[in-house]
Amino acid sequence: MTALTALTAPTRLEAEATLRPVPWRRMAWVIWRQHRVGLGAVAAALSALAVYVWIVGLQLHHAYVAATTCNPASPVCGGLITHFNFMNHVLVGGYTLQLVPALIGAFVGAPVLARELETGTFRYAWTQGFGGWRWTLAKLVGLAVVVTAAAGALSLLFSWYYQPYLATGHQALSLSEESPFSSALFDLRGVAFAAWTLVAFAIGGLAGLLIRRVVPAIVATLAAYTGLALVTANLLRQHYLTPLLTTNPNVPGSAWIFSQWWTKGGKFAFFGWRDAPHNLVQQCASIPVGPLGKPSQGTLAQCFAQHGYTQLTSYQPASRFWAFQWIEGGWLLALSVLLIAVTVWVVRRRAA
Amino acid sequence: MKVIEAAGLGKRFGSTWALRECTLAIPDGHVAALVGPNGAGKTTLLNLAVGLAAPSAGDLSVLGGRRPGSPAALDGIAFVAQDTPLYKNLSAADMLHLTRNLNRHFDQGYAEGRLGELGIPLKRKAGKLSGGQQAQLALSLALARRPRLLVLDEPVAMLDPLARHDFMATVLTAAADDGVSVLLSSHVLAELERVADYLILMSQGRVQLAGEVDDLLASHRMLTGPTAEAGNYAERPVVHVRRAEAQAHLLVRATADDPIPRGWEAHPVGLEELALAYLREPGAAAMPGPARRPEAEASEVTK
Repeated sequence: MTALTALTAPTRLEAEATLRPVPWRRMAWVIWRQHRVGLGAVAAALSALAVYVWIVGLQLHHAYVAATTCNPASPVCGGLITHFNFMNHVLVGGYTLQLVPALIGAFVGAPVLARELETGTFRYAWTQGFGGWRWTLAKLVGLAVVVTAAAGALSLLFSWYYQPYLATGHQALSLSEESPFSSALFDLRGVAFAAWTLVAFAIGGLAGLLIRRVVPAIVATLAAYTGLALVTANLLRQHYLTPLLTTNPNVPGSAWIFSQWWTKGGKFAFFGWRDAPHNLVQQCASIPVGPLGKPSQGTLAQCFAQHGYTQLTSYQPASRFWAFQWIEGGWLLALSVLLIAVTVWVVRRRAA
Repeated sequence: MKVIEAAGLGKRFGSTWALRECTLAIPDGHVAALVGPNGAGKTTLLNLAVGLAAPSAGDLSVLGGRRPGSPAALDGIAFVAQDTPLYKNLSAADMLHLTRNLNRHFDQGYAEGRLGELGIPLKRKAGKLSGGQQAQLALSLALARRPRLLVLDEPVAMLDPLARHDFMATVLTAAADDGVSVLLSSHVLAELERVADYLILMSQGRVQLAGEVDDLLASHRMLTGPTAEAGNYAERPVVHVRRAEAQAHLLVRATADDPIPRGWEAHPVGLEELALAYLREPGAAAMPGPARRPEAEASEVTK
């Protein structure tokens, strides 16, 4: 045996000079074997959600067809419209579905590294020939692709589901209508939903590495994701493109309106009719009064216009939906790549 | 070839140095035991060697100049961590499959044969195996990688005496038959006499003593003589003095050829006795000697 070892030693040294790392594809089985239960649970939960959304969606589409094809003179029409409008509350106007990326990120992303660190198995996994940082990179990228693809498929279903609320041209029927920029809907459709799922997963991965324990890492992921989503929806998104300005008082309901104000002679005059000069309001006070004793907006606006005031509206038109989707998807993808890169870098730096 | 070579190696966690100025060169072909009390820095040194941590200071190379964590180092070193972490929800067969996928070499036949001999069912989940079986499974996974260096961190600390014996027998067989170099940490001193032929003593983050067991034993003597005269002995460096009422026992750095004072008797020392004496004297790393750096002296014993 000793002689044999001595004989093989030189060839072994030669082989080392051109030592290639263990192939990446070997991790496919490892990821599948270690995560099939977790991914199966996520797949089951998402499938159940998809079936539910599909069933409610069918009813929703039927309600929409019934409401739009109804003869306005018919007495049942009002009931059908109300029925359709109220169906938007089934998923709380879309806010329920916004939990999905956060939950995927927290329950799939956070344990990837946290469980290894918590149970000590990283000392097994990261000392195999494959190498610790390559193991981390393969796991994060492999699982990220899987969850992002699943989220992408799910968002197609959501797009179909919300189609009736985004259809324009039926305002006369007072059907409920949503802007595609609505904070409840924007990130359920297009590429945003998949991108948010990806970033949630990447946040989970890094949180798991830094916190090293599963449950705290899940909590931290949910908190970080929620903060990012709120800041994006309320502060960042409106600045993706410079808003348009229009003097047309009839901005479509699908537009995302930021502010409206009145000018006179090219100068700012006031915001809403509440801020209007007293004498102007008195001059227009004779106009017919709407419900609740307030002057109705349309007629008041006409009166203001007759007195030489112009209403300006700053808004994002619905036609910019895809531009916004790609901008948001783009920076979320860049952020996810950065988070995964930082995670791998920390593993590599700590574990040589 | 040196399986591990460290120069001025240090590892700091926050403001605490877990390992300081560690200079060490372990030649291959040995079963080397890393001995020291808890907190001595044993695990830190092993983690650095297997690439689970990066040094804060100094240099470390493995397998004859490889950087720890490099592909060649990962390929040639198998590590069994403390408490032998395994995926508890995976079966023994899955653990074999997993390890085969993660390594360039994996001797499936050897691993299955070993588990068969040990009576470990391949279908059973790792978490359902006994402590001894889990340790044996982890060891079999490591050895099936056909490593050049096997690193074991407190491998037998949690095992009962029988499992401990079986585990060490497997390690020794691998070392003897396949020429695997072994580095194991332990605070079970009694075990070492039988298994180790190279000893590294650590204390308070420093290496106190390192060398081949035969050389260490040959260069130390236990002198027994009258307690009253214990303080007068100055011919050779004294490591540790144990005073009883009538007689004192001096562990000294002396060979069989060194002269013995009148009225004193010299005995050879055992490994456990030697290790205990050094562990009782954490300062003994700075062994008195003519203008030598303590670390240099510690490693020179290997010559």
